[in-house]
Amino acid sequence: MVMKVLMFGWEFPPMKSGGLGTACFDLCRGLTEKDVEVTFVVPKLPKGMNSDFAKLVGANQQVKIREVDSILSPYMHSKSYAEEYEYLDSNMKDNYGKDLMAEVDRYTRAAALIARKENFDIIHAHDWMTYEAGLIAKQHSGKPLVAHMHATEFDRTGENPNYDISHREFTGLAGADLVIANSNFTKDNVLKHYSVDSEKMRVVHWGIDPENPHYDIGEISPFKDEKMVLFIGRVTLQKGPDYFVKLAKSVLDFEPNTKFVLAGNGDMLPRVIEQVADMGMSDNFVFPGFLKGEDVHRAFQMADLYVMPSVSEPFGLVALESVKNGTPTLVSKQSGVSEVLDHCFKVDFWNIDEMTNKVVSFLRHPELSQSLSENSKIESDKFNLIEPAKKCIDCYNEVLSW
Amino acid sequence: MVDICFYFQVHQPFRMRHYNIFDIGKKEDYFDDAKNKEIAQKVANKCYRPTNQMLLELLEQNPQFKISFSITGTALDQFEQYTPDVIESFKKLAATGRCEFIGETYYHSLSFLYSRSEFLEQVQMHRDKMKSLFGVEPTIFRNTELIYNNELASAIEELGYKAIITEGTEKILGWRSPNYVYHPKNCGKLKLLLKNYKLSDDIAFRFSNREWKEWPLTADKYANWVNAINGNGNCLNLFMDYETFGEHQWEDTGIFDFMRHMIPKVLEHPDNTFVTPSELSLQDAFDEVDVPFTISWADLERDVSAWLGNTMQQSSIAKLYAFETQIKRSADPKLIDAWRKLTTSDHFYYMCTKWFSDGDVHKYFSPYESPYDAFISFMNILHDLKLRLGKHEEKLVVSSEGKVVS
Repeated sequence: MVMKVLMFGWEFPPMKSGGLGTACFDLCRGLTEKDVEVTFVVPKLPKGMNSDFAKLVGANQQVKIREVDSILSPYMHSKSYAEEYEYLDSNMKDNYGKDLMAEVDRYTRAAALIARKENFDIIHAHDWMTYEAGLIAKQHSGKPLVAHMHATEFDRTGENPNYDISHREFTGLAGADLVIANSNFTKDNVLKHYSVDSEKMRVVHWGIDPENPHYDIGEISPFKDEKMVLFIGRVTLQKGPDYFVKLAKSVLDFEPNTKFVLAGNGDMLPRVIEQVADMGMSDNFVFPGFLKGEDVHRAFQMADLYVMPSVSEPFGLVALESVKNGTPTLVSKQSGVSEVLDHCFKVDFWNIDEMTNKVVSFLRHPELSQSLSENSKIESDKFNLIEPAKKCIDCYNEVLSW
Repeated sequence: MVDICFYFQVHQPFRMRHYNIFDIGKKEDYFDDAKNKEIAQKVANKCYRPTNQMLLELLEQNPQFKISFSITGTALDQFEQYTPDVIESFKKLAATGRCEFIGETYYHSLSFLYSRSEFLEQVQMHRDKMKSLFGVEPTIFRNTELIYNNELASAIEELGYKAIITEGTEKILGWRSPNYVYHPKNCGKLKLLLKNYKLSDDIAFRFSNREWKEWPLTADKYANWVNAINGNGNCLNLFMDYETFGEHQWEDTGIFDFMRHMIPKVLEHPDNTFVTPSELSLQDAFDEVDVPFTISWADLERDVSAWLGNTMQQSSIAKLYAFETQIKRSADPKLIDAWRKLTTSDHFYYMCTKWFSDGDVHKYFSPYESPYDAFISFMNILHDLKLRLGKHEEKLVVSSEGKVVS
């Protein structure tokens, strides 16, 4: 019999601003390849973004998309929600709740309606915004709930959580029958901050789509005699852009012919640009803004080295994208991806001296670049979409057997 | 008749400390004294002290029992510095007259493959050390990691050795058995002693492996395997890392009890005897062995790819040997000593990426988090050594100019 999953998420391609949308999309593809039926409940974003998502998932139509009108987008806190709300036409404003929590509640109520209409065996909810929807669906259907933790509020805020959000995380985790963390790093974070029974926690590391055509575009560096060191990510506290700036300063003392490209948007960007100017590094920096789709891969292919200095990175899918593009990678030890990727540099995000040691050595010795690139490219072949999907199915079967 | 020959390899490298780019030009202490001391003491406790004691007792109890060792100069230096009693216990074994010492390169280096002059100097240094510590001059030679080819055999014969040791791999033997004495191609009298890797690795690698179908390995079972060689061979060469006992196979695996029971058990068979390598080399050669390529005792490949397989390894070792002449011309003992300690093969082994993803044996023995870290430290140290050499040469120029003036 075909297993049916009711899945709650809050972003899905093409509307996404981070790794979560990709992760959910990839998971759905992996699940459908293993003959699991998915109904994916997602907030419908305005601005005309109502394309037929189902087409993206595959021709077999095993994923049904159920949209909830909402301006919710991930990584959104009350302040940015309010800003987004301000941009809406006045007649549209009436359709949306006035603050973030009211919006989450609206999503929850709508999701409950969808849950009542759908036929499913198990519920799978991704991150805090959807946990209550998952709990309500469980209440209505009596089906078990799997709560998926991609990032805790403590990761996003550098241990300064919004308590309303962390409370919702706690409620979801406590009410779930099983909790999936996307790394041991995340699992430990959950256990550190929430009283969740570690017995009901499982770890499923993410993979990437090995078939993605963008890996082979063959983009080359725009810089002639300078090596390029790349940062890609939201320019927020969690991703450690300020550590990237400090690293650049330190590296330039040794290797002045280096370009640092900081790609991404976020609340810290103005401050980071100012910092770079103050430190006299404007000539060595490029800020291309937010990159998406193909451009992300082009950036990787241009770069000599990708640096992910995250303060707290629950997984770090981008690092896998980097090695798949043949670009050697430096990741902080405070990341989930460092648990599964061997052929890369690993440094504590705060250890600028050691990061400098590795980056300068990398720039000086082409042997490092060659070895890392060759080996990590081979290693990246072990990452795919089927493995994580299989592990999720194992989790479903385990819960259903209880 | 089976002549059983035990040879144990004793080695500890001078591990480098984590040396970063900020240290270049500032720090001259390349080696991690604290870690080296800690490891020397740990391994002395787990292996060298108890195993030397066990072998001494076995030699006392079994007049026919004999053993041999190859101990690197870098290991001996560290014993002298950190665990002098270990040196004394090796001297006691030497005093039994049934314990032979084998020659090798002082620094456990790959010098034969990179510099003939440095190789000869390191072999001589090791000879001198054997003489000063144990009062013996080795007549048998083994090269680092049993790395071997025809050329090496010829070089070793020229130095006057009676026999050379290497791996008894099918790559060089074909259908032939390692349980005979051979002679190397292009050599006159030199004998070739080949490791029986199956029976050696049963002890060294598989002894405690519960997945192995022969587990648990008992003295009786092993003695039966040894006895079975009678009629199919004249010798049995059991060559292994000495750290097998107590360090790779922990005491609680029963490895010591196994040895205590196995030796007398083997001697119960009237046709079995123990010999030293030089006694074994008196046997007539059964056949000639041609090794035009380079082999070693490592991994399934039995080649040198664990040390020289990737570009980091090839490039760093080439850069190291590239300034041999310059270093020696400096005549500065500190610079030469540091340079020679860098020739130790372990530093290149740590850069091996072949099995890194599998969390294999290579990872277990590395003090680094990754092969890339090993390369970075090595290159930074090499950088500093070059700077020091440059300064040293400047001083020489200045002083010689000074002389001209005066």
